[in-house]
Amino acid sequence: MTATQRGAPTGVPFRALRHVPLFLTGLAALVLCAALSLALGARSVPLGTVADALFGNAHGREALVVTGLRLPRTVIGLAVGAALGVAGAVAQGITRNPLASPTTLGINAGAGFAVVVAIFALKLNSPAQYVWFAFAGAAGAALFAQALARRAGDIDAVRLALGGTVLQLVLLSWTSAVMLLNQRTLDEARFWLAGSLSGRTLDVLWPVLPTLLLGLVVALAVAPALNALALGDDAAQALGVPVARIRLAGGVAVVLLAGSAVAVAGPVAFVGLAAPHLVRPLLGGDHRLLVPGCLIAGPLLLLSADVLGRLVIRPSELEVGIVTAFLGAPLLALLARRVGR
Amino acid sequence: MPATPNQLSTEGLDLRYGDRTIVGGLDLTLPGGAVTAIVGPNACGKSTLLRGLSRLLAPASGTVMLDGADIHRMSARALALRMGLLPQQPVTPEAVTVEALVRLGRYPHQRLLSPWSAADQKAVDEALERTGTASLRDQPVDQLSGGQRQRAWIALALAQDTELLLLDEPTTFLDLRHQLDVLDLVAALHAEAGRTVVMVLHDLGQAARYADHMVVLKDGRLAAAGAPADVLDAELVKSVFDVDCRVIPDPETGTPLVVPKAGAVRRSAATA
Repeated sequence: MTATQRGAPTGVPFRALRHVPLFLTGLAALVLCAALSLALGARSVPLGTVADALFGNAHGREALVVTGLRLPRTVIGLAVGAALGVAGAVAQGITRNPLASPTTLGINAGAGFAVVVAIFALKLNSPAQYVWFAFAGAAGAALFAQALARRAGDIDAVRLALGGTVLQLVLLSWTSAVMLLNQRTLDEARFWLAGSLSGRTLDVLWPVLPTLLLGLVVALAVAPALNALALGDDAAQALGVPVARIRLAGGVAVVLLAGSAVAVAGPVAFVGLAAPHLVRPLLGGDHRLLVPGCLIAGPLLLLSADVLGRLVIRPSELEVGIVTAFLGAPLLALLARRVGR
Repeated sequence: MPATPNQLSTEGLDLRYGDRTIVGGLDLTLPGGAVTAIVGPNACGKSTLLRGLSRLLAPASGTVMLDGADIHRMSARALALRMGLLPQQPVTPEAVTVEALVRLGRYPHQRLLSPWSAADQKAVDEALERTGTASLRDQPVDQLSGGQRQRAWIALALAQDTELLLLDEPTTFLDLRHQLDVLDLVAALHAEAGRTVVMVLHDLGQAARYADHMVVLKDGRLAAAGAPADVLDAELVKSVFDVDCRVIPDPETGTPLVVPKAGAVRRSAATA
């Protein structure tokens, strides 16, 4: 009995504080990554100059590269990475499927298809114009995947993942078909579809910032319920979780986050899948920690991939979507093996 | 006459999966403050009935009432504060410790942004203590043995701190010793904490031993209900399970004990 009494007052704050050093380490790594993203590229800038440029004390060509090109790119990378990471954590939570992500739910492909159709039919030619089409496509695909997964009024987790994957494949083939219809669409869409942070100005980010923040708030709000949902629908319902409503809210959060991300950067695969798997061994399966953890891990993964893409074939660069796909494919194979066991 | 609190009852309850009727036209009263065992042959609708009683399955027609109030008109949280459920095969989440699992039992008691209270921690500690899982609290649930895992799940339902506890085949996949541990725990919860328990069981002898009230189902309909000593006889077992047997007093407890006749006798009876 004494153990119980002692455990109650001291145990709780200790548990909450236990993860603070880990979060601080993650944040420090993210700051370092952002600094490297500002400094490195076709023309590398010393970190001192980067700091001077940021605080308005330097005005050379190098400073212009930092504030004019790399700062927007880095900010967009942080936002997109955070959105993808959190979207992945929520997607895996609502489907109870460790292989779920914005890609496997068809959301990226939906956005891609909508943008390519818009480029073809409306002759668009800049990412700022793509935003709303990408968003609409993402939402449409997610709604369709949810409709496929509906059985007897409830959303079936396995059907959601399977339906999403099938939907993704169908949309990808339609996207290719539209792109091959004419040369101009092919040229315009090719770079956007690879998923890239370069050539984006902050003007692309502003329109999606409200949806991104709303998605984040919803994700944080459903996090405690996702813990109960992990016990199965029956057990969750017995604990008082309105399962269908939580799954719907989570789905909305995923669409808002992934839709915003894809609208800005194009479809970037694997960040949403990998971020939760990076965080889970460190913080455990508690979604109240997992979601904030992915908020750090997502941009960490995306920015490092982007920096890597700038370095491997200097002075040219690889789109970040290609880097993440390149690194992510082996990761997916590894995860599938572990899950299959 | 006001019934004892925590009384579950059904009126004309029809439960269906698609157009398949599993439980049909069931009128049933499960007394409050008692341990009720639901028994019957495979596919008789035992587990489906439990799903209906716990609101996991909406009735095609009829009602389920808790102390006279329709449970399908309560909010999920309001019901979760009164009724806990251990599903037959819950999903064991990855990378979750026993204590983290049991803490989820406090879910209906918590609000968004409200901190974990001393009362929450006390309920969790007591649940761990009572189920003998306190020493396992930091171990991952997915690495426990079957018996330990089942006790951790019961601890979760206990931490929910409800007057009424529904258990769907809590002894399945456990060896004899662990079956008895779980059933003794249930008996203690009833005797010491005054909980009302409704459980689906397979073993008639265990049901007779541990339950005050017995509900026997056959093909989704009520075959018999009442105190085990009044209900369980050779005729019932023959008609429900199609097994010739003798029912004798359990030499340990005096409750009815089902002893199937030897195979040769059963076969000759079947051909006669």
